[in-house]
Amino acid sequence: MSALSFQSFKETWFFNIRADLLAGLVVALALIPEAIAFSIIAGVDPRVGLYASFSIAVITAIVGGRPGMISAATAATAVLMVTLVRDYGLEYLLATTVLAGLLQIAAGFLKLGQYMRFVSRSVLTGFVNALAILIFMAQIPELIGVPMLTYPLVALGLAIIYLFPMVTRAIPSPLICILALSAIAIGFGLDIRTVGDMGELPSTLPMFLLPDIPLTFETLQIIFPYALAVAVVGLLESLMTATIVDELTDTPSDRNRECVGQGVANTVTGFFGGMAGCAMIGQSIINIKSGGRGRLSTLSAGLFLMLMILLVSDWVSRIPMAALVAIMIMVSIGTFSWSSLKNLRVHPRSSSLVMLATVAGVILSHNLAIGVLIGVLLSGVFFAGKISQIFKVTSTVSEDGRIRRYKVEGQVFFASVEAFNASFDLKEALDEVIIDVSEAHIWDISSVAALDMIVLKFRREGAKVEIIGLNEASETIVDKLAIHDKPGALDKLMSH
Amino acid sequence: MTHILALIDGSVYTHSVCDHAAWAARQYGGDIELLHVLNTRRSSSFPADLSGSIGLGARSTLLDELAAHDARAAELAKERGRAILDAAHERLQSQGIENASLALRTGEIADSLVKRAGDLIIMGKRGEGADFEKLHLGSNLERVVRAVHKPVLIASRAFKPISHAVFAFDDGVSARKALDSLVQTPLADRPHITVFSVTDPGSDLAKAGTAAAARLTQAGYEATAKAAPGHAEKLIAEETERDGADLLIMGAYGHSRIRNLIIGSTTTSLIRSCPIPLLLFR
Repeated sequence: MSALSFQSFKETWFFNIRADLLAGLVVALALIPEAIAFSIIAGVDPRVGLYASFSIAVITAIVGGRPGMISAATAATAVLMVTLVRDYGLEYLLATTVLAGLLQIAAGFLKLGQYMRFVSRSVLTGFVNALAILIFMAQIPELIGVPMLTYPLVALGLAIIYLFPMVTRAIPSPLICILALSAIAIGFGLDIRTVGDMGELPSTLPMFLLPDIPLTFETLQIIFPYALAVAVVGLLESLMTATIVDELTDTPSDRNRECVGQGVANTVTGFFGGMAGCAMIGQSIINIKSGGRGRLSTLSAGLFLMLMILLVSDWVSRIPMAALVAIMIMVSIGTFSWSSLKNLRVHPRSSSLVMLATVAGVILSHNLAIGVLIGVLLSGVFFAGKISQIFKVTSTVSEDGRIRRYKVEGQVFFASVEAFNASFDLKEALDEVIIDVSEAHIWDISSVAALDMIVLKFRREGAKVEIIGLNEASETIVDKLAIHDKPGALDKLMSH
Repeated sequence: MTHILALIDGSVYTHSVCDHAAWAARQYGGDIELLHVLNTRRSSSFPADLSGSIGLGARSTLLDELAAHDARAAELAKERGRAILDAAHERLQSQGIENASLALRTGEIADSLVKRAGDLIIMGKRGEGADFEKLHLGSNLERVVRAVHKPVLIASRAFKPISHAVFAFDDGVSARKALDSLVQTPLADRPHITVFSVTDPGSDLAKAGTAAAARLTQAGYEATAKAAPGHAEKLIAEETERDGADLLIMGAYGHSRIRNLIIGSTTTSLIRSCPIPLLLFR
């Protein structure tokens, strides 16, 4: 039995009630500005992001695989949906959310969570940095072409966020930032943009409704690419965040359950008028930092969020955008891995390159999945390159100069084939060639083909060739694929 | 040779668990391993910073802070754990048990047990911090009983020499297992055993009960069979009280988990209401 099966209801829900509720409250306060900001990124009413954050947080609290992780409407998924909303409207976004959820559920049942092991540390760092840059870039429209008064307000907001914790750590400083800036804006009657200008805020609980779209193949063609991107990015960020929470709390999580949980959350959220979301790195860190550990923290974050919005939606609409921008800048700074800049000089160049390529891929495509794909592929290539260096061929010749014995050591595969070929002197006139591969490992068809080719070439030169010491692992692949020991081998090889 | 795992945690039950372990070691001629499982993560409170802000290097700073906090808590818990184990060891030695080993582990108790081989597990009815309410079982007890497929002896608050046991017999798989165990590795003291079935006298189950008593008699016990119809829990509890039984033997959790959720489990409620030790077989 796994460790998780013992985590009964009580162990994941009610072992830490007081701290979980407090942390949930802190997270809810931080979620409000973020949910609004991410709705604005996607180009929909703040209502859509707030409903989503409520619904996703509550559902992942119950069905997710990582207690203590916060999921809600996120920047990572919001940036993917910008063009969809612009070209087709909100209803298509809701349908995409539902479809993305279903894809994630499928991924969970197919146990795709295990493939996270191919995402290396450097890719993870690149992802986190790219996410931070995306969040920051999303604030730029709020900082360009706005009244001059916005700048001092944002600066004041940042000052409050970073300095207020020196006074007390018992009250969330982003909340103070919102209250102070709202008070200043309302008190002085400043003419600056407020949350209310950005669209409709919720005044009721979300209600079940079917997305109003034609159920045709054309619709599927429109939404499927978006849904796939959202599903992949959502799972990537969720699983990476789960890894981070695992590290912070030193407890395990159930990745496949998390995939299904994210899927269920998105599917249901789409039907309740919310946009797709996933786990949030910044919020999860805030939750852990505030003492949240159990499922109750996530659940209470969602419930507090909805409660506060319903109670004070009139006031929320008067929050100046400058306060939100300040909070989002804080989130982006906190999400960015600053140590990775310092590590650029210390880490192997290939790791740094993977990290930077991941960031560049995301910034250029505005799609975290593409950045991660580039990073994973690149780290695979670098790994192959490194392993191919573990390869050596030495040779000894007999006293009469008629027999040469080659000894191959290390990994023979596609990346080392060229070095392998270059190690044999085919122009030497020999009676017999012995190739000793007992210390080598033959991995793939490239290496098998190279070995075949060497054998055949020596034979053409009139030498007798003997291969000795194929270890068991090499034998299996050589047996399955090699052709040099079969009749008509040369013709067959040439016909390729 | 029976390997006895005694779970101790520093609660009021610890002495009793040691005494029961010593008793079991004499009965089965086994060696004792005293196991104390630390679970600092769950019990220590987390340092909470409600400022809601994340600054530069939030992740690594937080990781360092939490690791340092856990490390401090773990060091304290380890020291305390060693003290608890040493005290228990002394108590065993004073009762003439020499071959006891000590083990200190971290994590979930049930996890630690599943990974450890033991032929008999002994634990207190309740653990530390569960003493606030009567009839409230220790949080780990039921999980352990369900998780391990070895006999579990649940110690009562204080040890009493065992001369008379009631065997709650329902002819189920685990009850038969209990019977086999009693016959194959008999208790050295051969206490008097009442095989008690909750059924009409004369029914098949009552006959099975009589047969079981006969097997026990063959194995050297002084055994009698009894049957009475009615509410299982109540009758079994009454039976143990009437004769002043010192031990209740039974198969545990015969029904499916789903059924237990709906109608409750006889095993759980008996563990809760019986003031005497229980020997459970799965």
